[in-house]
Amino acid sequence: MTALLSVRDLSIGFGAGESVVQKVSFDVEAGQTLALVGESGSGKTISCRAALRILPRTAQIRSGTITLNDSKGTAELTTINERQMRGIRGNRISMIFQEPMRSLSPLHKIGNQVSEVLWLHRGASEADARKEVLTQFERVGFPDPKRAYDSYPFELSGGMRQRAMIAMAMVSKPELLIADEPTTALDVTTQAQVLGLIKELQRETGMALILVTHDLGVVANMAEQVVVMHKGRIMEAGAAAPILTEPAHPYTKQLFDAAPAIPDQDAVGLPMPDEDLILEMVDVSKTYTMRSSKGWKADKLIHACRGVELKLARGKTLAIVGESGSGKTTAARIALGAELPDPGGQVLFRSSPDTDPITVHKMSKGERTAFQRKAQMVFQDPYSSLSPRMRIQDAMTEPLEIHKLGSVSEQRDKAAEMLKRVGLNTDMLKRYPHAFSGGQRQRLSIARAMMLDPAMIVCDEPTSALDVSVQEQILTLLEHLQDSLNLSYLFISHDLAVVARIADEVAVMRQGLVVEQAPPETLFYNPRHPYTKALIAAQPEPDINRPINLKLVALGAGSPDSWEDAFRFSDSVIPSLTEMEPGHKVRCHV
Amino acid sequence: MVMLRYAVYRFFTMLLTLLVVSVLIFVIINLPPGDYLSNQIAELQASGQSAGVAKAEFLRTEYSLDRSLPEQYLIWMGFWPGPHGFEGLLQGNYGWSFEFDRPVSEIVGDTLWLTVVVNLAAILFVYAVALPLGVIAAARSRTWIDYTSAFVGYLGLATPNFLLALILFYYGHRYFNLPIGGLMDPVYEGQPMSWDKLKSILLHLIVPTFVIGTSGASAMMQRLRANMLDELGKPYVETAVAKGMAPSRMLTKYPLRVAFNPFVADIGNLLPSMVSGSVLVSVVLGLQTIGPTLLTALKTQDQFLSAFILMFVALLTLIGTMISDILLVMLDPRIRYEGREA
Repeated sequence: MTALLSVRDLSIGFGAGESVVQKVSFDVEAGQTLALVGESGSGKTISCRAALRILPRTAQIRSGTITLNDSKGTAELTTINERQMRGIRGNRISMIFQEPMRSLSPLHKIGNQVSEVLWLHRGASEADARKEVLTQFERVGFPDPKRAYDSYPFELSGGMRQRAMIAMAMVSKPELLIADEPTTALDVTTQAQVLGLIKELQRETGMALILVTHDLGVVANMAEQVVVMHKGRIMEAGAAAPILTEPAHPYTKQLFDAAPAIPDQDAVGLPMPDEDLILEMVDVSKTYTMRSSKGWKADKLIHACRGVELKLARGKTLAIVGESGSGKTTAARIALGAELPDPGGQVLFRSSPDTDPITVHKMSKGERTAFQRKAQMVFQDPYSSLSPRMRIQDAMTEPLEIHKLGSVSEQRDKAAEMLKRVGLNTDMLKRYPHAFSGGQRQRLSIARAMMLDPAMIVCDEPTSALDVSVQEQILTLLEHLQDSLNLSYLFISHDLAVVARIADEVAVMRQGLVVEQAPPETLFYNPRHPYTKALIAAQPEPDINRPINLKLVALGAGSPDSWEDAFRFSDSVIPSLTEMEPGHKVRCHV
Repeated sequence: MVMLRYAVYRFFTMLLTLLVVSVLIFVIINLPPGDYLSNQIAELQASGQSAGVAKAEFLRTEYSLDRSLPEQYLIWMGFWPGPHGFEGLLQGNYGWSFEFDRPVSEIVGDTLWLTVVVNLAAILFVYAVALPLGVIAAARSRTWIDYTSAFVGYLGLATPNFLLALILFYYGHRYFNLPIGGLMDPVYEGQPMSWDKLKSILLHLIVPTFVIGTSGASAMMQRLRANMLDELGKPYVETAVAKGMAPSRMLTKYPLRVAFNPFVADIGNLLPSMVSGSVLVSVVLGLQTIGPTLLTALKTQDQFLSAFILMFVALLTLIGTMISDILLVMLDPRIRYEGREA
């Protein structure tokens, strides 16, 4: 029996350069899931896109065959003409992309974009297509399919948009679905739900799936077959269970070692010390007003932060965890003085143990300058946080110039020193950012933040744009810097595994409230709050025996109304943060 | 419903803007010292012709030029009674042209709608040329099609319009027997509209449309091409391809829709630049549009005439921006639903 899709000796290259995919072969059997795993630049995306010939214009397939063999016949995908290819795209093979935010046209209604598949391939009438799409919408879990049909993408959340993409891919009942990092841009709980949905639909329809991902946790939850790629070559391939339990190839092992995991052993963490606090946030709230479009309706209040109390001790790391919209970034911005808390909130910063605190929420201009020297930030996206038109040297010495510190040669020496500190060569100073990889750029961002010898650094998801092995290096670097310079970190993240590794204390936020706060060991071993439980359950583990518990996710990730009585909160009634055991606070009615 | 409300709202803001513009125009026209009549009086007195002086003095009171500026403005607009009661723009009285010694309405009469016709034709030409060429240049970027259209476009941008006009007249007449100069055969001037007159006008419009529209078309084509190229790199285009759409339909349905917005927003800007830009062309081509008249009026400080023409151009511009704003709201749901509760 022949496979549904078989790829043989596929090589793809750009222009005249060396092939970026070299002699790749794999098979996808009907109804099975194949995971293509690798880091950025491994060629995993490009080799699966070659099946639909959706490649960058300069890329060409140099050799090899891709044969589709489904119930409608056999087709050699590398040689058929463009017209035949169009008959296959979206019909016999569908594809889901990484960014649901940008993968749908902003100006067309969802229903129109999804129905289009049926108009194209079935010649369906508008009414027939609508009926079929509405059924499909119901299957992918839209609470109100009719409303979704007439919505524009910007009216839906990321998870809902990805559901719409899935509906679009599934509506023509293809026998093969290619999903290119379908959940990377989503929150963990949403990711868990979307993965669960794909799996369920697959069970119903018997469709095969090629899942492109960098996340071994996702692989363990989804795949039967695994292909590990690195620099355009296949490193290891075979059934998922043996590869995930006993990887044979050193590269696969390396990937496993780099993947941070949530610890599951019993341990009691030490609570954050209460003396020598570098940063203290007392009763910090932030309310935004959304002006109502209709004059007679009251303006809508958005509570980005509600009564947040956080303490960061010198030389420690406090992590704030939460999904998008939880208020974690707002809290960090307030801590940096980039935004003012609502009246009554206090933010105190002590640059050294014996000085008077700076009141960040009402700084004078002079105080702000002094504060900026001591508190710096590392941003999420190293690709856009460095000016592409400035040499590294200029970008690094700029903070010193602004604060008028040292002579030009002293500034340059300092830049060179910092570059060495973060593990880069000083001969890179004259280069522009485009000459660096993502990991190197993040090192540069850290070096730039260190230029003013700050006491505290706010890290806003510093590793979420990076590959796992690079993420590992950056985390090690941050730990090393903390140890040698007694730095304090306020660490913002949505990734519990990263936080488990680096934090001394973790605050979990949801809808502007801290719902649970504890040292990581305590929090992960003994989570009390349903939302924390959901976050932990949703984290895909690279362990085939610990699949995502969708029930737990659904219980905690829904609206607070669906939680048990003890944890429920509304706009008016908010339970207080109660200390359940030393250092472990949970927001619940006692 | 949302649309209608917006259109009404937009119409009222337009009226308000027009009011502000009228003040500005009036103030600016009165900025240089003296006016047409005081200049004339000084000239007449210098040459000792006292009879003329009396007439000029009479006109000064007749048109309230002896009053204070705010009063003059109010009378000109028709908010305030002049020597003969309410007689201003609002009442349909456009004032007197001292230079031509005739009522303004008589002078501008025909040229008003001819201006509108010429510029509308030019705008249609701009869109008709820029739209397909811009899309094709983007879809086939970095091929000979792209380079050729860019080359021709830059040539169009770089050639002075009056030169282009002369060249086209020469060759148009020589090879296609196109008429030279004017907007209609002199026979039809002052005649009521008829089929033959229309035909004559259309024939005369060909060259001016081309001349006035070329630079606008090539600029807009380049802008559309750049917008399209931006859009073509976006993931939703990939989604559309993966759906199995044919390229032509995919291009027009998705990226063009998005790239279209700036294109529409340009309508408002296009109108005034065409009206003012076509003055020289109108002189060279002998078009009876408002441009040449405006030039004379401004040079001689013929204040009612120039003020009226400027008001007219402002009105055209405001109508243009209003149309583009309303079109944008119709085209882009993101603008339409701004503030709508999810």
